[in-house]
Amino acid sequence: MKTMNRRKFLKGSLLGGAAASVINKSKNADASASFGGYPDAMGVLVDLTRCVGCRSCEAACNKEQGLPAPAQSFDDLSVLDHERRTSEGAYTVVNRYEIPGQDHPLFRKIQCNHCNEPACLTSCFVNAYTKTPEGAVIYDPTVCVGCRTCMVACPFYIPAYSYSSVLNPVIKKCIFCYDTRLKFGRPPACVESCPREALTFGKRKDLIKTGNQRIKNHPDLYEDHIYGENEVGGTSWMYLSSAPFDQVGFDTDLGTQPILSYVKEFLTVVPMVLTIWPALFAGFHLLATRKDKQKKEEKSEI
Amino acid sequence: MEHIPKYLLSTVIAMLLCFSSYSTIAIASDGPDEVEIDSLAQLYEPVYFDHAMHEEVTDSDCAVCHHHTLGTQIDDENCMRCHAESGETDEISCQECHSSNRFKAEYLNKIDADNTLYHRDKVGLKAAYHIRCMNCHEEMGVANGCQDCHSRTDAGNKFFHAGNYAPPESDKPAGGGH
Repeated sequence: MKTMNRRKFLKGSLLGGAAASVINKSKNADASASFGGYPDAMGVLVDLTRCVGCRSCEAACNKEQGLPAPAQSFDDLSVLDHERRTSEGAYTVVNRYEIPGQDHPLFRKIQCNHCNEPACLTSCFVNAYTKTPEGAVIYDPTVCVGCRTCMVACPFYIPAYSYSSVLNPVIKKCIFCYDTRLKFGRPPACVESCPREALTFGKRKDLIKTGNQRIKNHPDLYEDHIYGENEVGGTSWMYLSSAPFDQVGFDTDLGTQPILSYVKEFLTVVPMVLTIWPALFAGFHLLATRKDKQKKEEKSEI
Repeated sequence: MEHIPKYLLSTVIAMLLCFSSYSTIAIASDGPDEVEIDSLAQLYEPVYFDHAMHEEVTDSDCAVCHHHTLGTQIDDENCMRCHAESGETDEISCQECHSSNRFKAEYLNKIDADNTLYHRDKVGLKAAYHIRCMNCHEEMGVANGCQDCHSRTDAGNKFFHAGNYAPPESDKPAGGGH
């Protein structure tokens, strides 16, 4: 449905030019808001109240993805003293947050959130990215040219870059263990390694119900919000927290529109500019210079 | 050995494939004295759970861990709605209710297909242990680290890049580039 609408829109703007693009604006925004991801997409619900920061998920990810040996052991909890980001050698990391007024810190695992409508995918000009029906946002490193646009586009600052590679630096990020697990219906390695089921794997739509039920059963414990249910158009990985989300490192100003919808209008005008404008202005130029040319010819005849 | 992919064996869930038998079932009161929990035996040594001691700690309130299954009085009003009169169940061990295949497709599909099921968000066996044990240990202020209960095996050290497999000392700060 989405592609149909987009195709129609593309056709409309190409034929009708700028005027048509303005008319189609609202219609198109509605289409992107109602997409909401693949119906049977899987996801993971991360419950910060259960995480104790043991880093088993980091170790499991390292092993499953064949990542380089870490600088420190995975049982070395001193790494939690600094806030870390994902890197080419670590597709997921756990950070610790001291919560004012609470005697216990909270721990948050970060990785690719696998957006329903990924900004990285939209931004990639070689189409290296794919959103699979299972919910994973994967990419083809053989196509990646290393332009790093997706790193800028990602609202969660997740894609990392293999700066260590001299000859063929590419993007590196969590792929939901798609190749080895998700496509066979199995949960990612981090989920299986978690001793306390801080990570719950299931169909995304079921996880939203699960999350709401936990909030309902323990209203005093949880914030009344599932982060990722609607943020940037919804993500496959979602979070429950006992502290306000901005206190555990979440960006709470992202809005519910997919990043795509902010750039769609511009991007759809690009083909029009590239195809119609050259012909149009070349025509103007020819019309404007036709008389000069005729005069020149008349003069030369005389 | 039946055919199990290598990576499956090498992951943590493989540790969960079987739940131990009761090693030394000596009936002291109504429960066993000690239970050997060796489901994590892949990366961790088995846990020897001192059942008798924990009976003392809980004042023999079985419901602290066994919920309603022993027919004892439970505090949670929500549970009481159904289980006030449900009595003792046939099976009382953790693994009978908490699945060791929590995220297998068959398990998820079974839950999906059963509209009448109330306990849809029931944690798996590994989480049932860790959440119950660790939350209590935290409340009581007793040892709560991973290796306070089960020491790691050689495979576990390899998995965590620890012990004999620890990376060489370096001056690099934690974290690293993006």
